[in-house]
Amino acid sequence: MMLIDCPHCGPRNENEFGYGGEAHVAYPENPAELTDKEWSRYLFYRGNKKGVFAERWVHSGGCRKWFNALRDTVSYEFLAVYGAGEAQPEIQQLQGGTR
Amino acid sequence: MANDTLIKNETRVSPAAHLYQEMADASVPGALSLSEVAFSTKVSVRCAPGSAGFDAVATATGVGLPQKVGEVRGEVDTVAVLWLGPDEFLVAAPEDAQLAAKLDQTLGENPGQVVDLSANRSVLELTGAKAPLVLRKSCPADLHPRAFAVNHAITTSLANIPVLLWRTGEESWRIMPRASFTEHTVRWLIDAMIEFRTETI
Ligand SMILES: [Zn+2]
Repeated sequence: MMLIDCPHCGPRNENEFGYGGEAHVAYPENPAELTDKEWSRYLFYRGNKKGVFAERWVHSGGCRKWFNALRDTVSYEFLAVYGAGEAQPEIQQLQGGTR
Repeated sequence: MANDTLIKNETRVSPAAHLYQEMADASVPGALSLSEVAFSTKVSVRCAPGSAGFDAVATATGVGLPQKVGEVRGEVDTVAVLWLGPDEFLVAAPEDAQLAAKLDQTLGENPGQVVDLSANRSVLELTGAKAPLVLRKSCPADLHPRAFAVNHAITTSLANIPVLLWRTGEESWRIMPRASFTEHTVRWLIDAMIEFRTETI
């Protein structure tokens, strides 16, 4: 069982959390003006990065709040958690983080 | 607020009423006891810390509102406020039909909400020196006294269902599952208590 550090509740078991996909995908300013192709890009196209990836998570089994996390998609290691709406933090050290 | 939604007659039945005898039989004198705390009042409060509504409700509860995970303001026997999230709290009190209306009035037009959730969860009380050993069988939270002091409460899971777990005393714990999970929780607890009926060898 992996521990995820909720910004509000501290470390909790991973099964208390839900995954919300890539973070920092802004909702289009004016969706009605988009072409079908642009709209599909917004809806379905994601980075799917190998390595450090900014993601949204929700602590559904606890405080029920959404937050962002930087996770290494290769090692599953969580490198940082930060508030929804906050800028992505710089990661200095990519290996041997908190756990 | 609609106070008349509270049914005040002898026909009302608490979620674990039919399990009263089984809980009593499962209790181990001097070590473990399981019972239901029926018909207590629970009011959900949502308001953001730092807002006027937060300050108003904090004053109205008489004990403030908790500001971090695990924190409980007040006492189990009078009124207590549990932290459910940064802007979500549960006011728990012995039966008090006026409480929700009072807090709602205090919140007034400020952003937020006050909802009477008394029937949302059942309240089970597990007491005795062996209580942590029973809970630990399926609760993933750290129940060590160093991490879980008296009057500390968190949202966690027990027997694979979400519950509020509140340590109300040195050896007493309140477990609050949603009402429809009451039977499941009680039967699981009774099963987990069986081994403590026999003498330790
Ligand atoms: Zn949380």
